[in-house]
Amino acid sequence: MSASLDKGVRVLKEMIDAPIASYFSSCVHCGICAEACLFYTETGDPKYTPIHKLEPMRRIYEQEYTLLGRLAKRVGLSKAVTDAELAEWQELVYNSCTLCARCSAVCPVGNDIVYMVRKMREGMSAAGHSPEGIKGAVTRTINIGSPMGVKLPAVKAQMKHAEADYGIPIPLDQEGVEYLVTLSSMEIINFPEYLGAIAKIMRHVGKTWTLSSEAFEATNAGMQIGNSDLARVIVSRVVAGAEKLKVKTVISPECGHAYTALRWEGANLIGRPFTFKVQHIVEVLEEFRAAGLLKLEGMATDRLTFHDPCQLARRGGVIQPQRNLMKMVAKDFVEMPDAGFMNWCCGGGGGASSIEEGEELRLEAFKRKKRQLEAVKPDRLVTACANCRIVLEEGLEHYKMNLPVVGLTETIAEHIPDA
Amino acid sequence: MDTLQFLTWVRGTGLNIALVIFVLGVLWRLAEIYGLGRKKDLSAPRNMPGASGWATILRRSLPPPGMLPTSPVSYIAGYVFHVGLAVVAFLFAPHIALLTSIVAAAWPGLPSQVVDFVTVVTMAAMIAVLIDRIARPVKRFLSTFGDWFTWTLTFLPLLTGWLAVHHLLLPYTLMLAVHILSVELLLVFLPFTKLFHAFTAFGSRWFNGAMNGHKGVPV
Ligand code: SF4
Ligand code: SF4
Repeated sequence: MSASLDKGVRVLKEMIDAPIASYFSSCVHCGICAEACLFYTETGDPKYTPIHKLEPMRRIYEQEYTLLGRLAKRVGLSKAVTDAELAEWQELVYNSCTLCARCSAVCPVGNDIVYMVRKMREGMSAAGHSPEGIKGAVTRTINIGSPMGVKLPAVKAQMKHAEADYGIPIPLDQEGVEYLVTLSSMEIINFPEYLGAIAKIMRHVGKTWTLSSEAFEATNAGMQIGNSDLARVIVSRVVAGAEKLKVKTVISPECGHAYTALRWEGANLIGRPFTFKVQHIVEVLEEFRAAGLLKLEGMATDRLTFHDPCQLARRGGVIQPQRNLMKMVAKDFVEMPDAGFMNWCCGGGGGASSIEEGEELRLEAFKRKKRQLEAVKPDRLVTACANCRIVLEEGLEHYKMNLPVVGLTETIAEHIPDA
Repeated sequence: MDTLQFLTWVRGTGLNIALVIFVLGVLWRLAEIYGLGRKKDLSAPRNMPGASGWATILRRSLPPPGMLPTSPVSYIAGYVFHVGLAVVAFLFAPHIALLTSIVAAAWPGLPSQVVDFVTVVTMAAMIAVLIDRIARPVKRFLSTFGDWFTWTLTFLPLLTGWLAVHHLLLPYTLMLAVHILSVELLLVFLPFTKLFHAFTAFGSRWFNGAMNGHKGVPV
């Protein structure tokens, strides 16, 4: 057994807890989880059945934690997990899983399959079987500070642009303010309008906020690849930045997995509860709305629909706020079939969008989103995740659909009266 | 061993052995699984009505939105045979009499014609899920020896019981003994096969519901 395989198997063994043991023991091979997974529904290939993506981990569970499995292993009746097998599973655990959790929402015996995929990735990355694209993103985050190689000067340049465009100063490293705004590199590079929108909204509602020079990047490729040690290093930067500036709340950007990393995994990664609150920007906007602080003007008259980022809605519990906000600015707001809790993934979540060799499959899976969109024929598609946005734009372009994709925050900001 | 001795054995020693293996097996497996524990979630919880382990135990008994049409046989035949099994096992007067001698409690049964009808419907539903397992690529792909084996283990008590009641195929006494033996096999294997979901499905739903409930997601 090679050293890396040995390590991978050991990590997988460590990952198995009572929920996972219960899930593996409960599976009745009904295949219903496949019907929930866009990689199966759009390809028809049974190997994309969610529970099958965990087969190596299941065998380790059986061989290490069950009486009969241990006996079978002792007498040589069970097959050990091999390096070749894990290599084969890389595609199933990364390229064809966006951690969207639709499978976990439907399994009749109650298996939380995505919980297991997240854990399985820990073993896969320890065994060296993780995609180059995510590996690169992790290395850049650890060494440079962001998955796309963005450094502070790039952020400062965007701050300058936003200041010039909106005439509003962008605060940096201000202590004692209410909100610490974090970004995803995707926003810094591709969607700089987000920063200007935040400035406009914060001034409108009269809240204090700041960016941090050490904690501007909210995404966490360490979590996506399944390396908790690196994920801890990355999330610790945000924690350190927030605690140094003594902010009340850290705002997770329009990014789904950054929200999961900060809001749900963060405290568990660093091993203690946070001393500050974490909110997705959509939750913050909803609080402003509910408090009557958003006095918007004008309504969009074209037909708008909303794509729920999986990590925000199904995995994050934020489902109604985005709808309340959409209704403030859209006269003609339509919901796609399955919108909200059961929304379909864009196909590129959970790190999948940075896997080059997964592109073909991703575009295949996008057919689901295409059908959802065709059912309501919107003029614009609104979402609240920069990664979804890029993946949606790529998919739309591939299928020659002419549909602009916009962020919710900037859509709200557009309706803020000029001060 | 003649038929009568066989019947006496399955009713006595055989049943005792099966019950002991069943009870110890269930306890062992439950300890083996739930003894592993889990880490405390340190993130700040979000409360949402309906987002809890108990709510999911109930909610997952119904198909989630949009799922019924994707797997109609699994859902419909699945309900029918689960409910049917429970009715036949626990509401048939002779079964109640036997169970009363074990658990010291009694409850009213259903008329035997009704149980007979339910048995036939349950067997039909089980055949439907078997055909579905063979016909649908995903199910066939997932199927292992365990799936065919446990289907057989579950089907045999229904079939042999029904044949015994109708005095078909084998002399009544022998068929009755075979019937009891088939139930004993079911009991012996239940803790160690996927049939154990009869216990763990509740734990799994609870974990899923509680862990997502922590995030304010009613799954
Ligand atoms: S839906 Fe659940 S029980 Fe059915 S095959 Fe998938 S994991 Fe197993
Ligand atoms: S989390 Fe989503 S993509 Fe991954 S296996 Fe489940 S349904 Fe498929």
